[in-house]
Amino acid sequence: MKKDKSNIFYPVITIVIAVIVWELVVRIFHIPSYILPGPIQVIAALIKEFPQILYHAAATIGEGAIGIGISIVISILIAIWMDRFPTAKKTVYPLMVISQTVPVMAIAPLLIIWFGFGMSPKIILVVIMCFFPITVNLTDGFAQVDRDALNMFHVWNASGRQIYRHLKFPFALPYFFSGLRISVTWMLVAAILSEWLGGDRGIGVYMLRAKQAYALDKVFASVVFVVLLSLIIIGVLNMIRNKCIRWNG
Amino acid sequence: MKEEKLVLKDICKSFGEKDVLNKISLDVCAGEHVTVLGPSGCGKSTMMNILTGILPADSGTVDVQGKVGYMQQKDLLLPWKTCLENVILPDLLAGVSKEEATKRAMPFFKEFQLDGFEQNYPREMSGGMRQRASFLRTFLSCGDILLLDEPFGAVDSITRGNLQQWLIDVTARLGLTIFMITHDIDEAILLSDRIYVLSDKPAAIRDEIIVDFSTEEKKDRLFDPAFLEIKKRILEDLM
Repeated sequence: MKKDKSNIFYPVITIVIAVIVWELVVRIFHIPSYILPGPIQVIAALIKEFPQILYHAAATIGEGAIGIGISIVISILIAIWMDRFPTAKKTVYPLMVISQTVPVMAIAPLLIIWFGFGMSPKIILVVIMCFFPITVNLTDGFAQVDRDALNMFHVWNASGRQIYRHLKFPFALPYFFSGLRISVTWMLVAAILSEWLGGDRGIGVYMLRAKQAYALDKVFASVVFVVLLSLIIIGVLNMIRNKCIRWNG
Repeated sequence: MKEEKLVLKDICKSFGEKDVLNKISLDVCAGEHVTVLGPSGCGKSTMMNILTGILPADSGTVDVQGKVGYMQQKDLLLPWKTCLENVILPDLLAGVSKEEATKRAMPFFKEFQLDGFEQNYPREMSGGMRQRASFLRTFLSCGDILLLDEPFGAVDSITRGNLQQWLIDVTARLGLTIFMITHDIDEAILLSDRIYVLSDKPAAIRDEIIVDFSTEEKKDRLFDPAFLEIKKRILEDLM
């Protein structure tokens, strides 16, 4: 399915106008760059600092990717477990929902205390923020499988594993991807957030250092970089999704 | 004496206080097309679920010679599998290799008017084709007895007419044994060798009708006066 070009037109125009206004405001009111740098300055900083940003981003992306990978595995296991045992679902599902109300910002410093300044507390934070949407969507997907189709598989004497492979997983795949799409947008946020609290490498670390030096153009440059990176990740994810569920048309 | 493929004796079933099936006895012989006709929601599908072993009967005996294949009103083709992958699925689940199952299935695609659509996904096929693919899958999963639960209930009437004509042909050519459930009186008379008429809840057998006109050329039945006589008898049964 090709998206209509006009869908992109309006948001793009809005951004362009906003950027122009931003630049004009900075110039007309002579706002110093340690308060608010203009977009041209930000772009210049992005180009100049690109190798530095890339070096730090590699760590952030690594934490995010490992975190998402672990989240996917955990989600699949929990979803299957809840699908197989209704009691487990009744017990765990509400607790999981409640766990989402715990402010992540409050846990993050504790994780640093418990697991140090290395990668592990960051990965754990990514997992904590990212596993939930995938688990919930996958569980819903499993629950939505057609009763008649399930009966049909029982008439064929299909094993539990066969039912998952041929019926439940393919059916739940679109659900899985909607969950994953939410998770990947949180992935970088979670990693950066945990980097703010400590560590020596990562976009969060870079942003913090730039802020402390009042180099706000670099802070904005890394923000722009993160936004672009997120868009690329979502784009790649959509491509994978469309490849996986071609049958959906 | 013909070979009996399927015999139900005094089947009773109730859900809580509600009696659904009341002493159902019937039989289906090899090569026969037997239809159970009854109003919607009278327990026909419960009967099917007992036959396929999804539900246990409260009392009575079910005797099935061979394997049963079950086809429902919904085609239940898996949208993520191609037509070919769908029809060979029961074989794969039973442990047959993909090559072996494909080899077994391919010769039937022409008979089921699906040739050329082996690699298409269900969404790319018409309602009639999907129903035939579902039928082929049921047929391949077990050639012995085919249980059809309102098989043409979900398609438009023109497609249904074509499917009925096609079913008459394919039943004769492949010598199928069919046990069908429907609420469509015309369909029952057109296709069946024998019809059991069910009463409304709790379902009991009210009448057994042997459809013995135009047996060689079932397609001509619609234009035979005997058709209307039987239809009248069924309508009176159902009053």
